[in-house]
Amino acid sequence: MDGSREQVIGADRRDRQRRLRRSILVAVPLGFLGYFFVYPVASILGISLFGEAGFSFSAFSAVASRGSLRGAIWFTLWQATASTILTLIVAMPAAYVFARFSFPGKSFFRAAITVPFVLPTVVVGAAYLAMLGPNGPLGIDLRQTIWAILIAHVFYNYAVVVRTVGGLWAHLDPRLEEAARMLGAGRWRTFREVSLPLLRPAIAAAASIVFLFTFTSFGVVLILGGFEFSTIEVEIWRQTTAFLDLPVAGALAVVQLLGISSILVAYSRYQERRSTELQLRPVTEVARRPRGWREAGLVWGVLGFTGLFLGAPLAVLAGRSLRVGDGYGVDAYSSLGRADSSLVPPAEAIGNSVLFAFGATAIALIIGTMAAALIAYHRSAISRWFDVVLMLPLGTSAVTIGFGFLVALDTPIDLRTAPILVPIAHALVAIPFVVRTEVPVMRSVRTRLREAAGVLGAPPGRVWREIDLPLIFRSMLVGAGFAFAISLGEFGATSFIARPDAPTLPVAIFQLLGRAGAANFSQAMALSTILMGLTAVSILSIERFRIGEMGEF
Amino acid sequence: MLAEHPKQPGLTLVALAFLMVMAGCATATTVTSTSVPATGSPDPIEVVLMTHDSFAISEELLADFQNETGIEIKVLRAGDTGAMVNQAVLTKDNPLADVIFGVDNTFLSRALDADVFDPYASPLLASVPNELETDPRVTPIDFGDVCINWDKGYFAGAGLAPPETLLDLTDPAYRDLLVVQNPATSSPGLAFLYSTIARFGETGDYTWIDYWSELRENGVLVTSGWEEAYYSYFTAASDGDRPIVVSYASSPPFEVIYATEPIDEPPTAVMTDGCFRQIEYAGIVTGTENLPAAEQVIDLLLSTRFQEEIPLSMFVFPANEDAALPAAFVEFAVVPADPLSLPGGEIETNARRWITEWTEVVNR
Repeated sequence: MDGSREQVIGADRRDRQRRLRRSILVAVPLGFLGYFFVYPVASILGISLFGEAGFSFSAFSAVASRGSLRGAIWFTLWQATASTILTLIVAMPAAYVFARFSFPGKSFFRAAITVPFVLPTVVVGAAYLAMLGPNGPLGIDLRQTIWAILIAHVFYNYAVVVRTVGGLWAHLDPRLEEAARMLGAGRWRTFREVSLPLLRPAIAAAASIVFLFTFTSFGVVLILGGFEFSTIEVEIWRQTTAFLDLPVAGALAVVQLLGISSILVAYSRYQERRSTELQLRPVTEVARRPRGWREAGLVWGVLGFTGLFLGAPLAVLAGRSLRVGDGYGVDAYSSLGRADSSLVPPAEAIGNSVLFAFGATAIALIIGTMAAALIAYHRSAISRWFDVVLMLPLGTSAVTIGFGFLVALDTPIDLRTAPILVPIAHALVAIPFVVRTEVPVMRSVRTRLREAAGVLGAPPGRVWREIDLPLIFRSMLVGAGFAFAISLGEFGATSFIARPDAPTLPVAIFQLLGRAGAANFSQAMALSTILMGLTAVSILSIERFRIGEMGEF
Repeated sequence: MLAEHPKQPGLTLVALAFLMVMAGCATATTVTSTSVPATGSPDPIEVVLMTHDSFAISEELLADFQNETGIEIKVLRAGDTGAMVNQAVLTKDNPLADVIFGVDNTFLSRALDADVFDPYASPLLASVPNELETDPRVTPIDFGDVCINWDKGYFAGAGLAPPETLLDLTDPAYRDLLVVQNPATSSPGLAFLYSTIARFGETGDYTWIDYWSELRENGVLVTSGWEEAYYSYFTAASDGDRPIVVSYASSPPFEVIYATEPIDEPPTAVMTDGCFRQIEYAGIVTGTENLPAAEQVIDLLLSTRFQEEIPLSMFVFPANEDAALPAAFVEFAVVPADPLSLPGGEIETNARRWITEWTEVVNR
């Protein structure tokens, strides 16, 4: 009698604990996103669209009737679609090679491919304008064409596909593929009928991120596209900063949000239908050295292409930082330390960048992991919607977010000029990456494993710690690497926030590029090279990070 | 695997992450306080100075100012000039700053119409030429001219005389040689558009629209920003193929001062015709609680000491005529005799229409 009552009380307490845990899981990420994204964006849209005279459709009819704005909407849509498909095709072989094979220098390569992702567009733009010009290695002038934009988009998002898709691929049991091969299927058929279906959740995740990124493309379109191409993002910025036409900017922002939401809802429906539980294998079991000349050729061919495609623009940058007059030297680097009162001291800029990146990574990991757990484990209408809302900051114009902060965050505490706003803005962009890398792995953890542990008497917290956490730790690190890198290179949202004078590396680079003089240009290139190195080193060390046996997976 | 160890790595991880956030916040706060503690006054008055990203002031000057006056200047960056003015307008009911620096004549009337500034007459205005003073609510701090620059080496090598007037640029001899910036996305690009409007006007036989359609026939190239035009297309500063660019009158001295190897002569020159004058102003934000201190900050911006820093840090000319110019500036910088300008009110009324019309002419 007594024993069973204790059991009932125990179960009751456990139930309460579970509910409490769940409400924390819901409240923290929801509160963060609500206060730092939904509320500011709603405020600025309210001011823009409702104005003093109340709501009117005139701004929307202006958007619909002006040819240039309609053109921007159409261009945004098709270039994002084309960029996403192109990136998936170009980056898929590398995702396979990184997932399935081990080769010397692999962890370095994997860190290095993430470098392009974070470089400021002014810098990459300069490299591409040099490469795609008439005197470039290709010999054809692609500047101010759609090709320049598409190539740069693939360059930027290559790592997203390799890491997101490769991340899941690296855990797929290779015996499935081997069995298919054994039964007589060719490589292509094996890929199409065995690997591809299993990889779909990761491919959809990568595609959704690439689509959002290119949908809101700004710097690449401005710099490489000249003035013939314009995205919604560019138009919002133009309408806001050049004309302070808030109604039209607001209407465009609504169009942008609607477009992104519909893509995200479709994605989320798809993910719900598709996700399957897999038996994930440790990376070390899956990856092996290439066997035979065909595999070796494949591995080194893919690596060679990746190196050339991603490395050439980076080499152009590094090369330009070393140019002195007609010769070469390290003057740009040695002069960085020179006391020039008017400029941001580079050491200070590096320090600020690293600090903000730590802050942004921490915020993104905490909020992102909680959100991922909510989405992966609690399948309900709320978590489905949450998944969509979470991705919205990626697809929302930086001007909208920045001006939203400005009009919304003055009460109860005036946060508008607080330094913490910078890592928070970075984290808003980084959280989707953390969630996207963690959710597919979390969902794939077999329920049976978890249930077995539960039946054996392990409390839910312990089940999570000992079953889930070791399995998802690897993807947490990948997410952290992305978050850190995003913060290091971020220039968009923060440049629209009135921010305290703590300049970061991208800001210092931008400042130097805004001045005439060959030495200023070389110094800008030198700082860009340092930013590349810093990114590679931080991603490398984050991924080496281990706690006990976790991270080996 | 961890069954024997109830210590949770998950918690450690969260704690670690929180520590990082805290460390980040703490250090981020300290980096903003740039000045040394004041010796004169134990409790400094804080004045927030909102400005654009190109603003620069030396740490020594800030520290000395705080020692002398007990005023600590906190610099707030707010993007480019357009973004900054718009932030000031949007927050005018609950301002972010006490003083704003960097509003130029192309954006001034927007700020004035929104009643962002309160009038102030600095005693130092006596040393500022009258033609720079526009409105009692703002104080002119510096000026610069947006002018056509050309590559000396290219024209010497090609045996071609460099262009001398705006109209020369429509001459077939200069076909495919000019690169300009999009006025919708670039401040010098906008200034150059205004200079052509000021020169050719909107009515008559030959308007600015006719001028631009001739430029287009003559192969003008448009970039989004100054950086691309100068560092990716301009032959004197890149591997590009355009020897004529829209830049600043102060670009040649910068080429000398910031050369990678010492040179005696700038590789570029300025075409003195068709320059557009940009004047940058500072103003006291309406409703500031630190009025006397804000006035002192305006005086600091007009002081000879800050004014003498301006040429080399922001590559514009000081408004205060008592400020001595650096040698390289005196030698190589050009001050055009008759720069063009447009009334601020006209700019605010017509900017959108002009840019739309320009886009239609050039992007056909």
